[in-house]
Amino acid sequence: MTRVRLISMLGSYGVVLALLLLILFGWARYDYFLGFFNITSVLRYNSMFALVALGMCFVIMTGGIDLSVGSTAALGSVVAALASPQGAWIGLGAGVGAGLCVGLVNAVLVTRLKIMPFVATLAMMLAASGTALLLADNQSVSVSYESGFTSIGQDNFLGFPIPAWIAIVAYVIGWIVLNFTSTGRAVLAVGGNEDATRLMGLPADRIKFLVYLVSGGLAGLAGVILASQFGAGQPIEGVGWELFAIAAVVVGGTLLTGGVGSVGATLAGVLLLGILFNVLNFENGKGWISLSAYWQSVIRGLFLLVVVILQAKLSSRGTAAAREH
Amino acid sequence: MDTGILLSMTGIDKRFAGIPALSAASFAVGRGEVHALIGQNGAGKSTLIKVLTGYHRRDAGEVVFDGRPFEVFSPQHAQASGISTIYQEINLVPYRSVTENICLGREARRYGLLDWKRMHKEAETLLSRFNVRIDVRRPLMEFNTATQQMVAIARAIGFSAKLVIMDEPTSSLDEREVAVLFDVIRQLKQEGVSVVFVSHKLDELYEVCDHVTIMRDGRTVKTAKMTEIDKIGLVSAMLGRAIDRAEGHATAFSERDERKIGKVLLSAKSLAINQSVQDVSFDVRSGEIAGFAGLLGAGRTETARLVFGIDRPRAGTMHFDGQEFTPRKPADAIAAGMGFCTEDRKSEGIVPEMSVAENMMLALMPKLSKSGIIDEKGQREIVERFIKQLGIKCSGPDQKVRELSGGNQQKVLLGRWLAMNPRLLILDEPTRGIDVGAKGEIQALIKSLADQGLAVLMISSELEEVIEGADRVFVLREGISVAEFNRHQATEDALMSAMAHGNAPVAAEAVS
Ligand SMILES: Nc1ncnc2c1ncn2[C@@H]1O[C@H](COP(=O)(O)OP(=O)(O)OP(=O)(O)O)[C@@H](O)[C@H]1O
Ligand SMILES: [Mg+2]
Repeated sequence: MTRVRLISMLGSYGVVLALLLLILFGWARYDYFLGFFNITSVLRYNSMFALVALGMCFVIMTGGIDLSVGSTAALGSVVAALASPQGAWIGLGAGVGAGLCVGLVNAVLVTRLKIMPFVATLAMMLAASGTALLLADNQSVSVSYESGFTSIGQDNFLGFPIPAWIAIVAYVIGWIVLNFTSTGRAVLAVGGNEDATRLMGLPADRIKFLVYLVSGGLAGLAGVILASQFGAGQPIEGVGWELFAIAAVVVGGTLLTGGVGSVGATLAGVLLLGILFNVLNFENGKGWISLSAYWQSVIRGLFLLVVVILQAKLSSRGTAAAREH
Repeated sequence: MDTGILLSMTGIDKRFAGIPALSAASFAVGRGEVHALIGQNGAGKSTLIKVLTGYHRRDAGEVVFDGRPFEVFSPQHAQASGISTIYQEINLVPYRSVTENICLGREARRYGLLDWKRMHKEAETLLSRFNVRIDVRRPLMEFNTATQQMVAIARAIGFSAKLVIMDEPTSSLDEREVAVLFDVIRQLKQEGVSVVFVSHKLDELYEVCDHVTIMRDGRTVKTAKMTEIDKIGLVSAMLGRAIDRAEGHATAFSERDERKIGKVLLSAKSLAINQSVQDVSFDVRSGEIAGFAGLLGAGRTETARLVFGIDRPRAGTMHFDGQEFTPRKPADAIAAGMGFCTEDRKSEGIVPEMSVAENMMLALMPKLSKSGIIDEKGQREIVERFIKQLGIKCSGPDQKVRELSGGNQQKVLLGRWLAMNPRLLILDEPTRGIDVGAKGEIQALIKSLADQGLAVLMISSELEEVIEGADRVFVLREGISVAEFNRHQATEDALMSAMAHGNAPVAAEAVS
């Protein structure tokens, strides 16, 4: 019985295990890996991805997908930068608002016009990216430094980067919503069997509407952090973010078909991918081997596969064993 | 009825792509009444229900519920207005826990957040009304069809509705569970709740129903007091013609000529996998119909899965056609000449988005493509022959299976395996959800196939079907084959006592 528990736990927490092993590896191999500077810079940078992945996690749990998050973040960063002279809060609001607008369009396309999420959000990925380039006139837009807008991305609060705080708060809220509100359970139900959910009398369309809206808003927020961290709105940033987010969600054990998912494991997935990147940088820094960006991509891809395969193996053995008892 | 009418539907029309599914149907249910709704497959029962609950929008007609005109456009509204529905195809979320499936939509809260402890407790309490004791934290998909059905019913009851609609709730339950369900229905009735009850098992209706409404071809052709109409009356109203078949047989299996039975085709010795199948031995001869009887959870379906290579046995041996037989996957069993018509058509059999023809040809595909070119015309002929032979009600071979009524989907599945010309056909609840008329035809078809040399392994929860249909009956109990009866020994009493206690003095030694 305990053996069964252990195996099934490893299955669902495989990503956490991998994360711990990776951290252990980095700590043993590199000086300063667990140094304050490295930790805070990893967290500061990856908090943007964490926000995007959180939104993606909810969308995927309903059985959908949001390919527009990267462009939405780019658009958010441009809009926030343009609005930043009016004040830090206004810049923040404008960036998030831009993201919500994209999310709203996605939501309407998917739930009202019944366009497949893949197609709808792919179209919005192009549209949002185009809009960002138009608004920015094809170059990066520097933010206003007087308004204090840059504090959002660059300052610390209680010794901890503000973006990391934002991500932590978002994940706590996300975790509570998923596990302790009816909306959260309905998200999983819709992904598990949409027709049944509708017949059960749950507002399936409203739930789907909500997740696309939230995903857009979170991508906009990530854009605000991006602009603030780099001091400029970046119309051409965000390429491939959607893939990073999907990868993090999947590594966290969330089913791409929907219906099963975890907020905590998604966060672990983000950290796993982020820290892997960090480790590769350290490895380059050691100077023994020099990994080009291409090689880094290959290694990250392979690593991802290994984790996903391990996860699948562990969890299927877990359930098979559990069934025998 | 005149004082307390809860629901009245009049002049309901509903068309799908121009084809009428309901025409001027009317239906009325009194307060605290159990009302049966019956009719052949495709008569429009489920459609009428889905129109009422707002899943389909009606084209014409009026609905009055609880004294007020009733305009709902979503199942959600209907639920909120006091109509709780168990749809024909079990409509739950397999990945989610039992608790969630029962409580979704009316969650218990504490400080604004979900109160899991209370919800688990409530789910357990509701299920205990049905004598179901399971770990409600586990995902629903880990439980068998009958348990899932019970969960669906528990969910519907939990809403404290004014009207509970049950579309064929008993088709996947065994007699013991049906009895429990009927107790609950009687309780509901006492609480003043009305129940609409759809079933193809006509005998059941007399036990709990007060009134019956009969549908035919999208119309409601007759409403009567249950006490004032006999079974022949029900059937002739359903079919639309007078019938005078002698009531000697409950099924359409007639006497068989035992000389047609050949040598042993499949034999299994001491199969075991886990608790569900611990020690099962049986054999089937060509030209023979072997029946598996047993209560739910006796391991009948699980044994069939072992034979068909879906699961692998931990112990035991099988021989097929004299050779040792160890299937690793269903394709092995199919290649050897077996077909398996599963009980759970929705998740294991039917591909809803594909057409009737495509669904029927699915298992045949590997065979056909081996010869290189797919013979379109030959395919068509096979499909059309089975549509006719099985009486599948559809607009043609190209209609999507999703659009067929539940019973007709079942027939498509049966047609798929028959089209393969197998040597051994495993039928798991072959007539579940199939109307009386078609049921007889299917039973007759099974018999005639056996006469032509097909070996049939038939699992059925309907004792009559096993007793009258099977040449030999194996009784399973808690994963062990406890008794074997031949045609003459197999009486209802003998089977029942073997199923319940496992003691069958006559034949116990027949099984090693
Ligand atoms: N979504 C749909 N699209 C097209 N036709 C449909 C659809 N749903 C039902 N029909 C058709 O309406 C008719 C009535 O079907 P319905 O499901 O109401 O039958 P039923 O009386 O419930 O039969 P059963 O006993 O087999 O469950 C059938 O001919 C069916 O093919
Ligand atoms: Mg039906």
